[in-house]
Order: sequence, then structure tokens, then C-alpha cells
Amino acid sequence: MSVLEIIIALPLLAALAVGLGAPARVASLGATFVNLVLVVYSMVQYAGKSGLAFTHSRPILENPALSFAVGADGISLILALLTTLVMLAAVWQIEDRPNIFFISSLLIGGGALGAFLTTDVFFIYAFHELALIPTFLMIALHGRAEPAQRKAVAWKATIYLGAGSLVLLAGLVWAVLEFSGGAKLTFDLEALRNQAKLTPLPLEKQGQLFFLLLVGFGSLVSLFPFHSWAAPAYATAPTPVAMLHSGVLKKFGLYGLLRIALPLLPQGPQVEWVQNALLVMLLGNILVMGLVTIHANRLDDTLANSSVMHMGYIFLAFAAGTDIALKGAVMLMFAHGISIALLFGLCGRMRNQLGTLEYAKLGGLASHAPAFTVLFAFGAFASIGLPGLSNFAGELMIFAGSFTGFKGTLTSLHWTVILALWGVVMSAVYMLRAYRGIFHGGANTGFFMIDPAFSQRLPFVLLAATLLVTGCCPWLLLNLMKTALP
Amino acid sequence: MNASILLLLPLFSALIILLGHRQLKGASVLISVGSSIIAFLASIAFLGADDNEGTKMLLPFIDVEGFRAGIDVMSDKQSQGMMFIVTFIGMLVHIFSLGYMKDDEARPRFFGALSLFMFSMTGIVLAGNLFMMFIFWELVGLSSYLLIGHWYQKNSAADACKKAFLTNRIGDFGFMIGILILFGLNQGDVAIDNLQDAFVQGGPLFDVQHSNPGLITAAALCIFMGAVGKSAQFPLHVWLPDAMEGPTPVSALIHAATMVAAGVYMMVRMSFLVTASPLAAEIIAGIGCGTALLAALMATQQNDIKRVLAYSTLSQLGYMVMAVGAVAMAAQHGEAPHGPDPGHAAMFHLYTHAFFKAMLFLGSGAVIYACHHEQDIWKMGGLRKHMPVTFYTFAIGTAALMGVPLLSGFWSKEAVLGTAYDSGCKVLFIIGAITAALTAFYMTRLLIVAFFGKPRTDSAHHATEAPMVMILPLAILAIFSVISGYDILATPLQAMKPPHVEGHQTVFWASIVALLVGAGGAIHLYRGKDKDPVSIKLFANKFYFDEIYAVIVRVCQDRVAWIVTGLERVFVDGIVARLPSAIVARLGSVTRVLQGGHLQGYTFLLGGGVIAAVYLVVFVLPRLGH
Repeated sequence: MSVLEIIIALPLLAALAVGLGAPARVASLGATFVNLVLVVYSMVQYAGKSGLAFTHSRPILENPALSFAVGADGISLILALLTTLVMLAAVWQIEDRPNIFFISSLLIGGGALGAFLTTDVFFIYAFHELALIPTFLMIALHGRAEPAQRKAVAWKATIYLGAGSLVLLAGLVWAVLEFSGGAKLTFDLEALRNQAKLTPLPLEKQGQLFFLLLVGFGSLVSLFPFHSWAAPAYATAPTPVAMLHSGVLKKFGLYGLLRIALPLLPQGPQVEWVQNALLVMLLGNILVMGLVTIHANRLDDTLANSSVMHMGYIFLAFAAGTDIALKGAVMLMFAHGISIALLFGLCGRMRNQLGTLEYAKLGGLASHAPAFTVLFAFGAFASIGLPGLSNFAGELMIFAGSFTGFKGTLTSLHWTVILALWGVVMSAVYMLRAYRGIFHGGANTGFFMIDPAFSQRLPFVLLAATLLVTGCCPWLLLNLMKTALP
Repeated sequence: MNASILLLLPLFSALIILLGHRQLKGASVLISVGSSIIAFLASIAFLGADDNEGTKMLLPFIDVEGFRAGIDVMSDKQSQGMMFIVTFIGMLVHIFSLGYMKDDEARPRFFGALSLFMFSMTGIVLAGNLFMMFIFWELVGLSSYLLIGHWYQKNSAADACKKAFLTNRIGDFGFMIGILILFGLNQGDVAIDNLQDAFVQGGPLFDVQHSNPGLITAAALCIFMGAVGKSAQFPLHVWLPDAMEGPTPVSALIHAATMVAAGVYMMVRMSFLVTASPLAAEIIAGIGCGTALLAALMATQQNDIKRVLAYSTLSQLGYMVMAVGAVAMAAQHGEAPHGPDPGHAAMFHLYTHAFFKAMLFLGSGAVIYACHHEQDIWKMGGLRKHMPVTFYTFAIGTAALMGVPLLSGFWSKEAVLGTAYDSGCKVLFIIGAITAALTAFYMTRLLIVAFFGKPRTDSAHHATEAPMVMILPLAILAIFSVISGYDILATPLQAMKPPHVEGHQTVFWASIVALLVGAGGAIHLYRGKDKDPVSIKLFANKFYFDEIYAVIVRVCQDRVAWIVTGLERVFVDGIVARLPSAIVARLGSVTRVLQGGHLQGYTFLLGGGVIAAVYLVVFVLPRLGH
């Protein structure tokens, strides 16, 4: 029995208990809180180590070799911390909603934890799919739109992500076939990685397989041009689902690329055509989606599109492929997850109280809800990349990592970095427009809101404090990643 | 140890106020003011610190294999001198604010942001590497945003703080590119002293300088772009006049004396990079010179007392930037100032300007306070009699700014003009002298219109002298406006002053003539006038920069965003999502016909299936067998 198995099981069991009639709020808060403690405990235990720890394997099939194997290194622990923090905040902020909100939040969180903490490709994939189901259902059943429209949005996301998962499945099957080595098929990630080290694929093949996985994993992360499911889904999704999917579950695609694609195909992203395609796509994320976000005139639209845009920076780390950039990518995955969950959480609250999120109608809310405004500012300035909040550290490492080994000639990677830096200006434009539109200015718009009560502030304070602490002390997370990436 | 106190004290003050201002109430103000006083005392101790300590690491912010971005404290004469200016003026502004912000409901927020600013500015001053410089660079931008937007209920203030932050962001975009280029070229080391050594003693950076000088020029100009944003140089100068929407003490501290000077400070720190690139040095000198002239022209037609001072700040910052370029140009010709640790003309002007401009702003704050928040100088008049202390201190500041001989501004302006004269480009010197005349003109205009003549409105008539907490900082700053040009303060402050170069008769007489022409012209035009006899639309409307930029933003950003959004919806979503779904739907409607529930159809299909099966079994299978 590994501690990781408890961490995965707790939210799933809690969801079951709530479904069977246990008091929803107490059970979910209790389970997620214990989970957070367990994850932090494991991180403390792990500090100073490298490689996989807390491993435990329960064989299920002989051939193909399939087992329920758990194990975690720094990257998985950081993402597990992200999941538990967001899950805690998401269930905490639920007020006056049916039990299905708690159950689905726990299922999404539990599925994400399973995906991050297992080391068998089969289960990594399966847990992610498990987490997607409640996401779709919640958008369709409790989305913030007319029933017909929210169903359409849910279907679009379902089919889109289903198609993406199918491509991903094809890629994973190909990878398993290539790297199983010998007669017996295996889904064990460690075995596959060892085989990839012993007998790497020829360069061209690495590029092809990497590209397939990039499209598969990428459409789960809203990689341009496979992103158009994301904005309507996030804008429509109920608050805890938007927090958990954009904050946590979306990171699964990136985690998969980092965990499965890069170790198996280390040269993949450096193959010229793959590199160029990746650079074009990530610029699409940053520049095209940056402009789309600037055009948005509602807060949910701005947040949803900005979340698509910021994924471009993480893909930039994959294009650069250096150790520094990839560590920065992990840092940014964590930071983005916390900041977007905070913003979506606050956005949901605003929609409940105000009934509208249009900038043209709002203004001057800072006078009535100062604490709310400060919390929002934490999220907004984090996503702008202000030093002292954790997104900055990640972005800086990605940019610097792209410029290591710079010899004096600007390659297409370097030009991409320069264009991506302009995206940082665009983030400031749309975030400050939103902030100006909602919180600054005169308060005579007819829309008022008040600060949440103290206990309802705490989940957001938790997320804001996380941004501040990991932003001022990024080494708390970076020290968990001693081994070089990939 | 001193240095970390300087950094942490205001940080703690800001954090305590953020977390506990509801419980602390008035006490939060005292915490902020107290921390600023202690910081000033610590900076005096820091003045005496050993300046050969080099760089010391305080905190490993990011430290992974191959990449360090630590919080490193650099202790040398420049940082010590700058630290003195920042903490000294910071302390006085804190004290002044006690009076000025007495009736403001959001005082804790104001003082909290002020402490945050002190923390960030200290970080810039002490920064030992470029990443740390960038980190605090951005934080200074944040505190400036918070303070300009202190009265966020006013639309003008809310727009101004956004504009300031975004304009600075554009500058920081270049700054970051510059840092990254140096980071790559110097193999991951961006410690400022190591970079300097790399240029002097050889190494990869030195080689690039000869093999690829364009890249060094690009790096220098990119780094300079950060300074263009922060120090509000053309073409990113538009935010500074709008920043006057903030409370006046903020304008004095941040938008006159310290933060806007950070760009100049950073460029002086990086002067080895400017020296390495002749083209960059010329461009920098040109931009500084252009800003100095343009801003001075705009200042001549402003009617808001704070805006006149704001444009004057722009113009003086232009002087400093011009000096940065001119000193580098002179060094390229081999005319570098000699002696151990020579001061830099730009730093010298920064140093004297900080005192008299902070004083002028605080003086204008006292005037605005006394006239019940009236800022139009044409609605003042005759304040000389009502507010004698404010008037005399303001007059001293004005004289220093105009460059009246024996006051501090005279010495530093002469040093700047002297470097322009030595730079080998006489245009710089001529425009510098014209700007000096314009400076004398608009400051004399301001003084005459606001303080002389008769009160033109009731609020000016009933103005009374400001309270003690406000007058005292004025008086102290007035003293420093006089003496800061002389070698009577501590050694690191003396080091600000460049060695006096003999044989600059031309420069001396040019300054005197400029002063007389400018001041004389203003006295002649404005004495006893009740409204502006001169009206030049182009200057009053600031050369229409704001309007032009508004069009650029509307066209190049909003319009493009609108088009891109449309394209994204139609094409990306269309090709990737809607087209496939339409194809599937069409196919579905075709196959649906087959399952219509009609018996004839099913029978037909059944028959077709039987025929196909028979065909396969009889004709195809035997062939496969072969």
C-alpha cells in the first residue's frame, strides 16, 4: 500500500459516499483536506530525492503486462499539489448547490490525481477519461446557458476531446508497440522509457510519432488550431468544473507530453518539420488567441480565451527542449492552474451576484467589495506575469531556457520567443482592461456586489496565498525537480 | 547586513498593512512612516559601508542547473548614493503625506502602496544582476499603478494608471529581449559586474562585440527600451503627464525624483554596454535630446501646475538620457573622464534634480492643498503673500531647475551640457542649450502666474500656509537644492559628481545666456497678465501624441483583434470543427435513408447482401486460396 494509492482513492471514495447519502460538504471538504495534507507530507518526504518514489505495483494482466502501478517524482507531486489545492478550493466555494456538484468535483479531482500518480500508460489514459465524463455531464446538465446551448457546448467539447483522445490513443498504442521490446507487450512507463533509452527510434520516426502525440495531447490542452472547444466550454461550465478543468485537468495533456512523449522520443520536437509546426501552432496560441482575448468584452470570455493563450508558453518550453525551459514549464503549469482556478472561482461568484459579466455594464466594484477586488487582483496580476506571483518564475525560466546556448545567430526559436514576449504585453492589455472595466471607475452602474463572508473568502485566499508563496519562493517547487529533464 | 534591512523593512511594512489594515487603522500609517525613517537611517549607515564588497547573494530566487536569478545585493558608490536619495526623499514624502492625505479615507492603502514602492525601488538600486533588476522593475511598475490609481473612482485616474502600466510593459518587452540576448551570449551569467568584466577582459561577449557588433547594438537598444518606458522618453513618454492623476506626494516621489530616474540609473549601470556600441550611443543621445526639447516645448503651454512640472520632468530626464549617450560617445573618442571612479554626468543631474524636483512637486502639493484642489495656475495668483514659506522654497527650487549659478541645478546642468559638448556632436549641445532657455522660460512663467500678481479666484484669495508636517520637508529639500552641487556631503555622494573639466567657457556662457533669455522673455510676456497672451495649439496639445497613439491602438490593436477574432471563428473553428461535423451530419443523413423503416428498402438491402455474399464466396475466395 503506497500513500499515493490513498491519495487517489480518497476523493473517489468520498464521491461514492456523497452519492450514497453522506453529508456532502463535510465529506468532500474532509477528504480533500486530508488529501492536501497527504500530498504535502509526500512532498516533504520526497525533498532531496530524485527519480520515482512511493512506487507500488499490483499486477493485473500477464500479457500484455498491465498493472495498477503508482509512483511519483517531483513533477507528479507538483501536479498532485495543484490538484488537491484546486479541488479543495473548488468544493469549498460551492454554496447552495445539489450534491452532484460535490460528486463531480471529487470525481474530476480524483481522476486527475490518478492520471498524475500512476505509472502505467493504460491507467494514465483511463483516469483522464474518467475525469472527463463528469466534466461533460456537468456542462450539459448545469451549464450557465440556455439548455439547448449548453448541450451544444457540451457535445462540441465531448466530440472534440473524444477525437483528440482517439488520436492520442493511436499514438500511445503505436508507442507501446514500438517500445515494448521483445515479444511481450507492456504498458509500464518505466519499462518503455528504458527501452527507448536502449534502442531509440530513428529520427524521422521519432518526429512522426511525436507529432501524433502532440496533436493528441495538444487538443486536450487546446493547442492551436485544436482549441475551439475550450472557450465556450469554460464560459459555460459550472464554477467548480471550470476551476478544475482549466486549472487541473487541462494540464494532463502537457503532463503526458512531458511524461510519455518526451522521454520516449527525446529528439522528436527537434526534428525540423515538427519544430516548425510546433512553433507555428504555439504562436497561434499566443498571438491569435491573444488578439481574440483582447476582443472579448465579457469576463468569462476573457478568462476562457486567456487560458487557451497561456498554453502557448508551455508549448514553447517543449520547442526549446532545454532542462531549464522544461522545469519552467512545470512551474508555469502549476502557476497557471492556481491562477486560472482563482479567477474562474471569483468569476462564478460575480455571475451569481451580478447576473452579468459584461464590462460595458459594470464598474466601480472595488468600492463595495474591496477584499474581492484584492483577490481578483492577485489572479489577474499573476496571469500578467508579475514578479512575486508564481507565473513569472515559470515564464522567465521558459524564456531563459530558450536562450541558453545562444551563439549570436537568432534562429526561428529565438524569434518565436521574441514574438511570445509581445504576448506578455497583450496579457497585460486584456487583464487590465477587464480590471479597469469591472473594479475601477464610478460605482453608479446599478450593479452591486458585496464581499463574500469570511469563510467563503478562505478558498480564494488559499489560492492567492499559494500564488504569492510559490511566486516569492519558487525554489520550494523547483527543489523537487533535481533530475534533469526530459 | 545593512542592505537586507533596507530591502526587507518596507516589504514587511507593506505586508502588515495589506493583511491587517482593518485592525490597525491609523497605526498602519505610523508603521509605514516609521519604516521609512528607519530605512533612511540605515541608508546613512549604508553610505559608510565598504564599497569593495562587490555583490552578495541574499536569496536564491531561482537556482537550477545553468540558470540563476538570485536576489543579489550590489554595494558600491553608485548604489549607496542612489539609496541615499531614494530613502531620504522617500522619508520626506512619507512625512509630507501625513498632512496631505490627512482626510483621505483610504490612507492605509496609500501608505501600504508607498511602502511597496520603497521596497521595489530599493530592489532596483541594489540589483546585482539583470534578472533581479527586471523583477523589481516590474514591481515598481505595480506600485506606480496602485498609487496613480489611488483615486480609482475617478475615470481619469483609472485610465491613467492603466496607461502607465501598459506603456511601461512595452518598454519591458524590449528590456527582457535585451536581457535574454546578454544571458545567451554570456553563457547564462547576467551579473552586472561580470558582464562588465566580460566586455573589458575578453570572453565570448567580447568576441561577439567584434564579430557581430549589430547584436551588441541590438542588445543595448533593447535594454535601453526598458529605460525609455520607465524614464518616459520619447516615444513612450505619454504616460508620465497622465500619471499626475495620482496624489501629489506620489508625483513628487515616484514620478519626479526616484522611479522615473530608475531608467537613467540602470543605463548608467550598463554604460559599458552603451560604450561598446557607437550606434546605440548615438541613438540614445538623440532620443534623450529630442525628449528634452519636445517636452520643454510642451511645458510652455500647460496650465495645470502639476502638468508643467511633469513635462519639465520629462525634459530633465531627457537631459540625463542624453548624458548617458554623450558620455559613451565621448568615451568612444577616447575622451573619457579620468581619475579613480569618476562620477557620471547623468547621475549627477539625477542627484540634484531629485531634490529640487521633489521639492517643486511637494510645493505644488502645498499650493493645491491650500487652494482646495485647484490646479489651474490661471486660477491662482498672488500666493506669494498668503504662503510665504511655500513661495520661497518654490522659488529656490525653480531657480535650481532653471540653472541659476551657484545652485545645484547649475552645476549638474553644466556637467550635462559639457558632456554634450565633448561628445563630438554639436547638435546635442545646441539643442541642450535651447532646452535650457525654454526651461527658464516656462518655470518663470509658472512662478509669475501662480505666485505674483493678484489672486484671481476666491480659493486663491483664501489660501493659507500649509501645516508644519508639509512645510518642513519643503524647507529641508530647499536646503539640499542649494547645497547638493557642492562637495560637502558624504564621499559616495561626492562620487556622483563628475570631475570638473576645464576649458568649457562656451558651455558656461551658453548656460548663462540661455537662462537670461528664457527668464527675461517670460517676465516680459507674463508680468501682470490675467490670461495667457501666447497660444500655440501644437504645444498645448502635446504635439497630438495622445491622439495619434489612440488611433494606433484603435487600428493596430482593436481593429486587428476584431478581424482576427472573426477569422478565428470562421476558419479555424470552421475547418477544424464545423466542417468535419457538417460532413458527418451529411453522411448521417445519407445512411439514415437506409434505415427508414420501410420493408421494401430492407428487403432490397437484404437481396443486395445475399448477392454480394454469394459473389464473395464463389468468385473471390477461391482466388485468394491461390
